[in-house]
Amino acid sequence: MRGLAPIAVVVAVLAAVPLVVQSNTTLNFLVVTLLIALAGQGWNILGGYGGQYSFGHAAFFGTGAYATAILQVRYGMNAWLAFGAGIVLGAAVGAVIGAWTFRAGIKGSYFALVSLAFAEVLRILASVAPITGAGVGTLVKLDLRVEALQFESRAVFYWVILALVAISLLVAQRLERTRFGTWLIAVRENEDAAKALGVNATQVKLGAMVISAAITAAAGCFYTQYFLFVDSGIAFGTRMSIEALLTPIIGGAGTVFGPLLGALVVQALGEGAKLVAGDAPGLSLIVYGCVLILVIAFAPRGLIGLIDTARRRVTPPAKREATHG
Amino acid sequence: MAEPLLSVDRVSCRFGGLLAVNAASFTVAAGRITGLIGPNGAGKTTLFAIISGFQRPSSGTVRYRGEIVTGLPPYELARRGIARTFQIVQPFTGLSVLENILVGAHLRHRTRSDALAAADLVGREVGLADLLDRPADTLTVAGRKRLELARALATEPQLLLLDEVLAGLNPTEIHEIAPIIRRLCERGISILMIEHVMQAVMSLSQHVFVLAEGCIIAEGTPAQVAADRTVVEAYLGHGAAKKLGVALG
Repeated sequence: MRGLAPIAVVVAVLAAVPLVVQSNTTLNFLVVTLLIALAGQGWNILGGYGGQYSFGHAAFFGTGAYATAILQVRYGMNAWLAFGAGIVLGAAVGAVIGAWTFRAGIKGSYFALVSLAFAEVLRILASVAPITGAGVGTLVKLDLRVEALQFESRAVFYWVILALVAISLLVAQRLERTRFGTWLIAVRENEDAAKALGVNATQVKLGAMVISAAITAAAGCFYTQYFLFVDSGIAFGTRMSIEALLTPIIGGAGTVFGPLLGALVVQALGEGAKLVAGDAPGLSLIVYGCVLILVIAFAPRGLIGLIDTARRRVTPPAKREATHG
Repeated sequence: MAEPLLSVDRVSCRFGGLLAVNAASFTVAAGRITGLIGPNGAGKTTLFAIISGFQRPSSGTVRYRGEIVTGLPPYELARRGIARTFQIVQPFTGLSVLENILVGAHLRHRTRSDALAAADLVGREVGLADLLDRPADTLTVAGRKRLELARALATEPQLLLLDEVLAGLNPTEIHEIAPIIRRLCERGISILMIEHVMQAVMSLSQHVFVLAEGCIIAEGTPAQVAADRTVVEAYLGHGAAKKLGVALG
């Protein structure tokens, strides 16, 4: 049960926010932040814990988003079912991409490029295929009923995305305490050494890819239900891929709370920049770039790593000696 | 003699125009320490990579407990009981010493608590008891060599392949680690060790094979091998044995 307490505290505090904050703008900001945190947590499973830096997580986000929209609009599926189907399809896309790339032994920057290529192929296909609505995109009908997974109150949407984030935090926390997670981290640290110790590296990476894709796809499914619209640029564009990898790297890759913290910081800075400089196009990207440079230069283990170091400095040296035996 | 635990049969490995291993055949008997020695570039490490599944041989077969295991992936061989260490130590630098060993222990223990207990035991066995909570990258060379050994041991192997675990250590450190290796053998783990540190391998091994230019050129007890004319020539060059003829008798 150790390690669950911090998650419970953080989720409880976040859950209480709508009881205090009534402003729709603020709630909207928090919903989007949690959405990015969820997509980032997906990336974190494969990239942070597994060391496989994907540049194309939009492939999974978009699959979830489009599947949720298309299954409802074109096939009349219930929204809840479509949401679940979107997660499953996202995981399936992850399995296919993972099987192709990991079996072929594609690693490092090559993996980053190949994953980007997959997302781009999907974006181009989605921008021309009739089933996705091609260039126009797909609109989901406004239907504010619980059965349709649409809510009049933003607070309810907020609690839904918070619940998904909470699940993703639990998944990451489990990884740190299970054999699968230990093997995944071993593959990140040194793949050859892991193999020599009996780790089927290909299988472990594939498993991580599926979990990772499912979580990021869930963010996509939620996007569709919240904004009721999806097009190829939103779904499969590089912007989502970048946000999914930036937030965990800034917050602390391979940590449970890294993506959540990273999303809060990045989104807050983005909004802050808007307040100062107006809504100039590309402004948030400039902010991301600056934050990324600062983090890589001064906190290579992300903000969580920075906090960790600071905490250790505060701990009196005598106590430190004792813990090292 | 009973069937050998491991038998390497006419294994060759070619990299382009270089024949790194040339029809090498040898066996490792159960319950013993077998040494594999040879001058630099003899193909020892390539042969090791083939046995542990990291390199496919161009031809030849490797049998383990009577079954052909040639070309099986490393993790499968580890599952069947063959563990290896690396000449260039490969610690998981971001993890603690105990967590490093834990990765190996998980092969036979599914739950974290079982695996942690097993890893802790192995860590103590190789003399890392006081360092278990340290980050692996703070260890000295000797410490890292012990960690390599501990991780491989944690997979609970029947056959342990040691790739130069003594290289780079000073005499005191060798004196500390040698008895650990001997104890493992007494515990029933068969060992095949590649070694440059001649004195250590000669005192530890019960049987020695000599590899030179990809071929097995001699085998026998350490004493027999040390007195072998071809072995001396392989190390010191042609004609060396003749010049040393008096000494060798």
